[in-house]
Amino acid sequence: MAAVTLQPAAGAQGELTGILMIRAYHRSRGDLERTEVLVPDSAHGTNPATTSMAGFRTVNVPSAPDGGVDLDAFRAVLGPRTAAVMITNPSTLGLFEPRIGELIELVHAAGGLAYMDGANLNAIMGRFKPGEAGFDAMHFNVHKTFSTPHGGGGPGAGPVGVGPKLVPFLPTPRVLREPDGTFRLERPGERPSSIGRLRSFVGNTGVLVRAYAYILAHGRDLALVSEDAVLAANYLKHRLAVDGSYDIPFERPCKHEFVAQAKTLHRETGIRTLDVAKRLIDYGFHPPTIYFPLTVEEAMLIEPTETESLETLDAFADALVAIAREARETPDLVRGAPHTAPVRRLDEAAAARKPNLRWQPLTGRETPCPD
Amino acid sequence: MGYAPHTHDDRRRMLEALGIESVDALFADIPPELRSSPLRLSPPLPEQSVAARLERLAARNRTDLASFLGAGAYRHWTPPLVDQILLRGEWYTAYTPYQPEVSQGTLQSIYEFQSLIAELTGLDVVSASHYDGAAATAEAALMACRASGRDRILVSRAVHPQYRETLRTYAAGAGVAVDEVPVVGEGPAAGTTDRTALERALADSARPPAGLIAAQPNFFGLLEPMAELGAAIHAAGGLFVAVVEPVSLAVLAPPGAYGADIAAGEGQPLGIPLSYGGPYLGLLACTNALVRQIPGRLVGQTTDLDGRRAFVMTLRAREQDIRRERAASNICTNQALLALAAAVYLAALGPHGLRDVAAGSAARAAALERALTEVGVERLFPGPYFDEFVVRVPEAPAVHRRLLDHGVLAGLPLALVEPDDPLLADGLLVCATEVTTDEEIELFAWALGEVLGAAAPRRQPTTAGAGGGR
Repeated sequence: MAAVTLQPAAGAQGELTGILMIRAYHRSRGDLERTEVLVPDSAHGTNPATTSMAGFRTVNVPSAPDGGVDLDAFRAVLGPRTAAVMITNPSTLGLFEPRIGELIELVHAAGGLAYMDGANLNAIMGRFKPGEAGFDAMHFNVHKTFSTPHGGGGPGAGPVGVGPKLVPFLPTPRVLREPDGTFRLERPGERPSSIGRLRSFVGNTGVLVRAYAYILAHGRDLALVSEDAVLAANYLKHRLAVDGSYDIPFERPCKHEFVAQAKTLHRETGIRTLDVAKRLIDYGFHPPTIYFPLTVEEAMLIEPTETESLETLDAFADALVAIAREARETPDLVRGAPHTAPVRRLDEAAAARKPNLRWQPLTGRETPCPD
Repeated sequence: MGYAPHTHDDRRRMLEALGIESVDALFADIPPELRSSPLRLSPPLPEQSVAARLERLAARNRTDLASFLGAGAYRHWTPPLVDQILLRGEWYTAYTPYQPEVSQGTLQSIYEFQSLIAELTGLDVVSASHYDGAAATAEAALMACRASGRDRILVSRAVHPQYRETLRTYAAGAGVAVDEVPVVGEGPAAGTTDRTALERALADSARPPAGLIAAQPNFFGLLEPMAELGAAIHAAGGLFVAVVEPVSLAVLAPPGAYGADIAAGEGQPLGIPLSYGGPYLGLLACTNALVRQIPGRLVGQTTDLDGRRAFVMTLRAREQDIRRERAASNICTNQALLALAAAVYLAALGPHGLRDVAAGSAARAAALERALTEVGVERLFPGPYFDEFVVRVPEAPAVHRRLLDHGVLAGLPLALVEPDDPLLADGLLVCATEVTTDEEIELFAWALGEVLGAAAPRRQPTTAGAGGGR
């Protein structure tokens, strides 16, 4: 990429930054007719939500049977109204988009720009550089790729890289290097082509310093992080494929994650993916993301990352296999899971029907500071 | 030093199971013409080299100054227990609580955060959480537009300039018009939202406003007549958005009491280190009537199958992963760990402690004003303030630079953030909080007198340097 902004506070804000820059790019050319952003149906929900926030209409593009974008369907919706395509690569199915080159060429030929959702950058470091491949913008998530702890849901950061076309539109303030080698922040109004600010001050600096330390510590061995993550995911997928209790919809090599299904298991035993996930808790595992991507029935999206040992990977596969056996032999055990957690399954319907979102003082009127 | 833990032997066993020679086979699906050029990165650095490098960079930040800088981020004393609790793995590395049975700790902490901020703001619903005060303010504006079905927002020019810039960025995407309401230029109300101008803006019936955004205290530290501003926008059928500073809410009226429909603000003062602007904590709260419009995570109390009290993320149909292009916002990852910091801070201090912090800060700011008045520096705006205020200093940016040589970070010259506003050209926004010491105030006043060539030269203070704040 030609330049990177570190300002966005999270991946979703990075997406908004990228799509707003694309909007500014088209408008700077007087091209006001581009009102649509193409989004594959396997995308993270943030992609279509971002598209709406940036004032575009989302056009969903169906997937082909191999899990990639359906090129014919893509061509059919591509046109003079296309502002951009947002592609998650590797996709949320854990697959490298096989027709990525064609997709980028086609959208560019139609006058649109190519945005890569880099949530899964941790799978391809050292193997694929989105800028070299022709992407005009991408965000990446420091908590997914550069070691930021999840913290129960943040803080992260969502830096955005851009190609040359979008550099003028980067958020302000950028850090500028003066001829004498010192650094300074852009002044308000210094670069009128900027889309503006996405937040106060300059970014989630503390988080970025840690990510920088992680990059320095790995150096060019960052490629090894991706290799180990991909190796672990393929190994786990292979273990489950050999066992056969779960459906593995895509046989080709995955990247850092893969989709398994309890489709056959559900048909044969009535046990659903939700039950399997809850039973994993009793085996000491945090369940994977379930029922996502939405395009896959009874989905489990399994992402071991590079940090789980071979022993843990084997124990996880063994647990899934054991749960499939339980589904046939003692289904109530699975359906009632978890049995070892601090609480059992929750009444989520009641929580939504009559929301209790804060503690209420019993007396109705408290005087917390009696003087 | 790498953090990839697999042994060579483990890798070999996995490759053997897969029946491949090398991991390259797993990347064969990347089209050859699109494969990456080599990573132009250095070899891995040992941990101590990384630490030394970052320490060298950090040493180029001046942290020895007596700081009077506020302007949206504030020094306060943070009890060490806040960081100790945050560093526990149960919080620090825990995943988003999508699986409530194994996330009751995180979920209950969020519920408690919601409850504490609801108490502070006097509102019913608190989202957990947003990126920072600016992004939360922009989300509040979009909420007001969704709720009212209108597409025009009024914002007082006494709201933090970076919040207004952020608002404009978000509004551009959403197709929302942003009109700024000027501040009063002179008289007792100088520096606060101009209500006559507001009435004019409200009278534009062609494009009725979705809401009005005003800050309490405002960017200049002044107190606004929030009840009157709220009544004015309500009369025009719009919503009232209050931008608040949470510590001040221990002594000022909460937004719920003066009719605000939405409160947004920066949660950094609640136990979160300054850290060069982030990560901070966006606060967003609203009335019950707006619960389905609020973006971000909400945790609710419910029961489990055995009737035990339990907590779960709820009203999820507002969120991007369920609702996709019709979601209330695209927000996903937020600032959860910092919401925990705020909850721990508030719980540790309690209502009395927080009031002490607020009152202490206001008292230190009053002491600062007295000291500056003694060297002939007067406030630019006369109205009541909380813990920061604007003083009139000719050539404020240059004076600010010269004060650095005296070891003083003299707040913010307003010309740097509002270069086109003649009213603010000589304005210097200064702040004091409970951690500001007498020695620091004395140093600032003395140095400012020196730089301005003030009439009565005073003895140079013997003690200098920053106090115990962070």
